[in-house]
Amino acid sequence: MANKEPKTSEEVGTTGHEWDGIEEWNNPLPKWWLYVFYACIVWAIGYWIVYPAWPTASTYTKGFFGYSQRGQVSDDVAASQAEKAVFRDKIADSDLEAIKADPELLNFALAGGQAAFGDNCAPCHGRGAQGAFGYPNLRDDAWLWGGSLEAIHQTIQHGIRSEDSATRMSMMPAFGKLGMLNREQVSDTAEYVMSLSGNEDDAEAAARGKEIFATNCAACHGPDGGGNQALGAPDLTDELWLYGGDKDTVVETITNARAGMMPAWSGRLDPATIKELAIYVHSLGGGQ
Amino acid sequence: MKMANVELGSGDGASSSKEATQLYAGRTKIYPKEAHGRFRTTKWIVMAVTLGIYYLLPWIRWDRGPYLPDQAVLIDLPARRFYFFFLEIWPQEFYYITGLLVLAALALFLITSVAGRVWCGYTCPQTVWTDLMIAVERFWQGDRNSRLRLDKHPWAFETVWKKGATHLTWLAIAVATGGAWVFYFADAPTLAKQLVTFSAPAAAYFFIGLFTLSTYVLGGIAREQVCIYMCPWPRIQGAMFDRDSLLISYRSWRGEPHGPHKTGQSWEGRGDCIDCHQCVAVCPAGIDIRDGAQLECIQCALCIDACDEIMDKVGRPRGLIAYDTIRNLDAGAKDAEPLRLWRPRVLLYAGAIALVSIIMIVALAMRPVLEVNVLHDRNPLYVKLSDGGVRNGYEVKLLNKQYVPRAFKIGVSGLTGASVQMVGHEGGVVPVPPDQLQAVKLYITLDKAGVRALPEQATPFQLVVTDIATGTSTEHGATFQGPPKPEARR
Repeated sequence: MANKEPKTSEEVGTTGHEWDGIEEWNNPLPKWWLYVFYACIVWAIGYWIVYPAWPTASTYTKGFFGYSQRGQVSDDVAASQAEKAVFRDKIADSDLEAIKADPELLNFALAGGQAAFGDNCAPCHGRGAQGAFGYPNLRDDAWLWGGSLEAIHQTIQHGIRSEDSATRMSMMPAFGKLGMLNREQVSDTAEYVMSLSGNEDDAEAAARGKEIFATNCAACHGPDGGGNQALGAPDLTDELWLYGGDKDTVVETITNARAGMMPAWSGRLDPATIKELAIYVHSLGGGQ
Repeated sequence: MKMANVELGSGDGASSSKEATQLYAGRTKIYPKEAHGRFRTTKWIVMAVTLGIYYLLPWIRWDRGPYLPDQAVLIDLPARRFYFFFLEIWPQEFYYITGLLVLAALALFLITSVAGRVWCGYTCPQTVWTDLMIAVERFWQGDRNSRLRLDKHPWAFETVWKKGATHLTWLAIAVATGGAWVFYFADAPTLAKQLVTFSAPAAAYFFIGLFTLSTYVLGGIAREQVCIYMCPWPRIQGAMFDRDSLLISYRSWRGEPHGPHKTGQSWEGRGDCIDCHQCVAVCPAGIDIRDGAQLECIQCALCIDACDEIMDKVGRPRGLIAYDTIRNLDAGAKDAEPLRLWRPRVLLYAGAIALVSIIMIVALAMRPVLEVNVLHDRNPLYVKLSDGGVRNGYEVKLLNKQYVPRAFKIGVSGLTGASVQMVGHEGGVVPVPPDQLQAVKLYITLDKAGVRALPEQATPFQLVVTDIATGTSTEHGATFQGPPKPEARR
């Protein structure tokens, strides 16, 4: 390498700035750099004018295009709904079995149903449809009013004990409260009901309860306690309990009766969404 | 140097001189002269190869069967697939690209530590396109002297048409460059047809415009300014040179003292450099290599070609400017020190390249053609059934990475008395389209006896996925959740 002498301030020149003997040398930037800076300023001014930018006393400058992020979002939502409309029209026009048989429609209905479930059903039935005390688990195989696609669809449309004229309605009498059965009778009946699923504590009481059951309960729950989906009467022989299967809870149920309520969704949700919901709920594993 | 000091130092001091108030420097236009020689030839070949690859790669076909695009290199953004000849990359396999980038970076480090800015001098797109643009300029306006004369001359018809033709050719090249870019993102013949009939997507025209502009401005007009002011690489690579790197250097021990030389004059007592400034004239960065290694030098080796030509003419040996190590330059003789190629840093880079390559090759060779993801439902963990049985839900995703449609059966092993149920696939057969993902909702049910027999609350088992066509099956671990065991309940 050539032994080139280091440059000196005289050679390079200074800007004239000096502090305590330290000089600022003049190593100028390329001129185009300056022009790029000016261009950015011009661009920024243009941007202020073209897009919404400046707040004014009560509003803001709207820009030439009337662009706004809110408008953009509603455009996107509209576009996405227009895209979905094709499928939703098809779902509205098809019957439930046909939707289930078409893989494309089924996928769309399951996705739509899941979203609608989260918005409308999850507060009572849980995010995973697992139910809660007094709110049926929609994933198991026990159904008060039937677990076929058609039955689920009807329940969602008209609700249970709702204001809808076609709603499903049943009423268990409050045997204890109304004085139809005395305390011992209620207790005996509870022992019998528990024995139906093999959980009784007192076989003698259960035997006494059997007769009370035959007189008072069999009309709805069936002579063997198997329930009746047409009446919404629960199956008392299975291992699932909506309000609990221990003695105290069963006594409480017989004494005061239970009557859960579900709103009717037709009128609140459009028919396609209700169909999607029915298919989604049916797919949760318990569908019959 | 002394003279300059006197000139500038005279008067009332530098700080108030006229030059000192100049805060922004106008660009000094560079008129690179054409060089001839082995490095120039190498650069022409590299230019032809790299540009050839860039412009033609999207047009190479690669048959992947009837269901997939047959373009060898395709970045299919809507389908989220990247096709590279035999390689196909799904979004979750992006680490293959990361691996390629790591390899490229390591290769760059290796070559830089061995032979300097080879990337900058020969293969960097900025260099290649700038070189092409200068060649165009030379074609229309002549070589260095002719261009200098043209720029000094007042505007005339000759100036206008020569400059106009240059810029039009530059623009044509720029359009072709931007045009080639978009072909990497869509089927090239189809897109070409759409582009001509103005039915291509707006994004295609936008990117053609963008790359046309950047090629024209950066390659045609900004040129060496990009390397000097915009590119970060010159600042980084200094850290990769050491005393044994082969860098383009002026051998001052041989060249100094320099000065004009007349034919017949003795070479005794003087250096071989005759101050002909040919190395400066050919330099696309406009520097004097005799000042030593400097940031602006992209090490394109054209000064070597220019100097060798002069050395041949004056009858001195070639190699006054050559690829040489600092160790040799300091020793003051050619080949004074043996070339130390295998230094620790070179070994480190080479080792890292080998390691990453092996990992990549093994990963590619073991890339499964069927990937299965099993996700257990968490809400609820399990569902109790009316007969005392228990059901668990799973989301199973089957990724068919083969180019043919396949169908799979899903069974269970390690869980006695389990029955499997699938939503939407009553036949128990899940068809998966070629190169696609299929999600299935799967329910596994155990009866009361099965639940009692569960050894744990969470029992691991295997999901067996069988390809119906070939009969081959793979197993995938999952867990079955039951109610808490009595002892756990206490």
